Amino acid sequence: MRTIDTFPSATGRRIRLLGAAAGLVLLTGCASLTGGQDGTDAGTGGETEGSEVATGETDTSGGAEAEGLSEAAQERARAQGLDPDDPLDAAVLEDPDSPLATQRIHFGFDTSAIREEYIPVLEAHGTFLAEHPQEQLTIEGHTDERGSREYNLALGERRAESVEQMLLANGAQPEQLEIVSFGEEKPLIDASNEQAWAENRRAELVYEE
Amino acid sequence: MTRANRFWSTLAALAALPGLAVPAAADEDVVIDIIGGNEGATPIAVVPFQARDGAAPETGIAEIISADLARSGRFEVLPEQDLVARPSRSEDVAFATWRALGVDHLVLGEISPAEAERYTVRYELLDAYQEARMDGRRYQATTQDLRTLAHTLSDRVYKQITGRPGPFTRQIAYIAVDQGEQDAESGSRQYRLVVADADGHRPQTILTSEEPLLSPAWSPDRKRLAYVSFEGGHSEVYVQHVRTGERERVASFRGINSAPAWSPDGEQLAVTLSRDGAANIHLIDVASGEVRPITEHWAIDTEAAWGPDGAWLYFTSDRGGGPQIYRTRPEGDGTERVTYEGGYNARPSLGPNGERMAMVHRQDGAYYIAVQDLETEAIRIISDGPADESPSFAPNGEMVLYAVGGEAGERLAVASVIGNAISPLRATEQQGTQIREPDW
Repeated sequence: MRTIDTFPSATGRRIRLLGAAAGLVLLTGCASLTGGQDGTDAGTGGETEGSEVATGETDTSGGAEAEGLSEAAQERARAQGLDPDDPLDAAVLEDPDSPLATQRIHFGFDTSAIREEYIPVLEAHGTFLAEHPQEQLTIEGHTDERGSREYNLALGERRAESVEQMLLANGAQPEQLEIVSFGEEKPLIDASNEQAWAENRRAELVYEE
Repeated sequence: MTRANRFWSTLAALAALPGLAVPAAADEDVVIDIIGGNEGATPIAVVPFQARDGAAPETGIAEIISADLARSGRFEVLPEQDLVARPSRSEDVAFATWRALGVDHLVLGEISPAEAERYTVRYELLDAYQEARMDGRRYQATTQDLRTLAHTLSDRVYKQITGRPGPFTRQIAYIAVDQGEQDAESGSRQYRLVVADADGHRPQTILTSEEPLLSPAWSPDRKRLAYVSFEGGHSEVYVQHVRTGERERVASFRGINSAPAWSPDGEQLAVTLSRDGAANIHLIDVASGEVRPITEHWAIDTEAAWGPDGAWLYFTSDRGGGPQIYRTRPEGDGTERVTYEGGYNARPSLGPNGERMAMVHRQDGAYYIAVQDLETEAIRIISDGPADESPSFAPNGEMVLYAVGGEAGERLAVASVIGNAISPLRATEQQGTQIREPDW
């Protein structure tokens, strides 16, 4: 948990209960995103466990309401797994079409090349990190299940590094970024078919809570 | 590999035998499918051991020996229903009858109660053509030791007939993954490091984690297991004493810490580290913890495997584009490419005499276990695919244990290097448990 000092006009407690709880989920073996939704992930869009946590634990009694967002709007935001107190989530709330809303980068088979469609996404995240130097980002690299596990662990790292390079090129500082590869160990979809493999070949941008 | 002979359906088949009670629990089933003909396999009959004086231990010794021998690919075991007689002593054997059945060798024996809940087991190995006894032994064992004793007898038979040591008394290690029923939604899983008999029986969990475990590797003295754990949020290498459970984290640098492989003298661990950028092979001195880079290449170098004399370190590298197997001296010089056939060769495992190497080999989009003759460079696919991985040579070099993946779930199988036997190891894990990453 950390204090956010750049969010405009928010008063009172700024505690990211969602973040803390979702972080716990992460630790117990579910490497899911806590903020934002990935429009390309038809099968898993919504990230329901994030919203469950949010509805169960969100505490607004301290007055951590964001200016300009009605209580109902905040409620909706939290149901989406977004926290109006968080600068990244706030940017996404302000502009739902923001490329910052995409925090999952997919890759082709056996490659760590960034697809063209993700270039604006990584430009936006790089710029965001440059503008918010206190933000810390972990880039997770993942592969599909095919082939050798240990080799895939190294391939996952290479994918995370491709993302890292793009972020650095767009202004992120090296000390803001951390890389971790899970290889094929944490699939999004636990199945053995082309669609699952395509979903599982990915890098996840996980902002530190 | 199209013809499938189901020699044994389940252990329960034995239950019909007089004096032998066999557990009927579903998770004790061992199914041995022999796929493909075994040209050159030695025909052998294993007669159920006769229980004397009311001895009724719940272990089918003959069943275990039969399964071991069949799995090796070196033996064609006479189906139980074809046993024309059930002698328990060599003097009762009508050799001509067995010769008529095409049987070269016979295994038979007796089990009788001894004092203090122990059993006396008598075994004989006979040559049907010479009409002679090749081997004979008498043992005492407790009920719990009967399975081990059966594997010991398998090793003796194997050695007597093939001239090579049997691999059946040596334990295997693997990773089991349980998907909790209530946790299916959240994707929560439990990962276990398991040690079991060579036929998958008597699994013992020696480590449980909520985060992935992989790449267990037995130390040469068989007392420790090195493995990779994600319990710290990223990959780290641990060494654990199997008996005491005492463990030590030996590699936890920035980046990847993985793919441990013991040097033949047990003093060094080859590991993959990416602390300096790309994934490279390093050597860790186990006693001092000192780390020394071996490969220093911008490409991925991982999955180190030692040659049996420690003179070469084999590893997977994609320095040429796709993954291929290379080898280098542990001093780090003289690197050369080993595999050329196909666009994907990874995860090497070396046989005990250094003649052969097993690996994951891709062909037409499917992944198989292949064995390469290191002298001639000829390779042969020994598994069925399409998602096989993690090959590990049997200690005698005549079989390869590996993981079968795909839609049906992950499980283990053994393929013979000589002959064409492929046998699933269904072991005693619960239904739905994924079994992977074996090391023999």
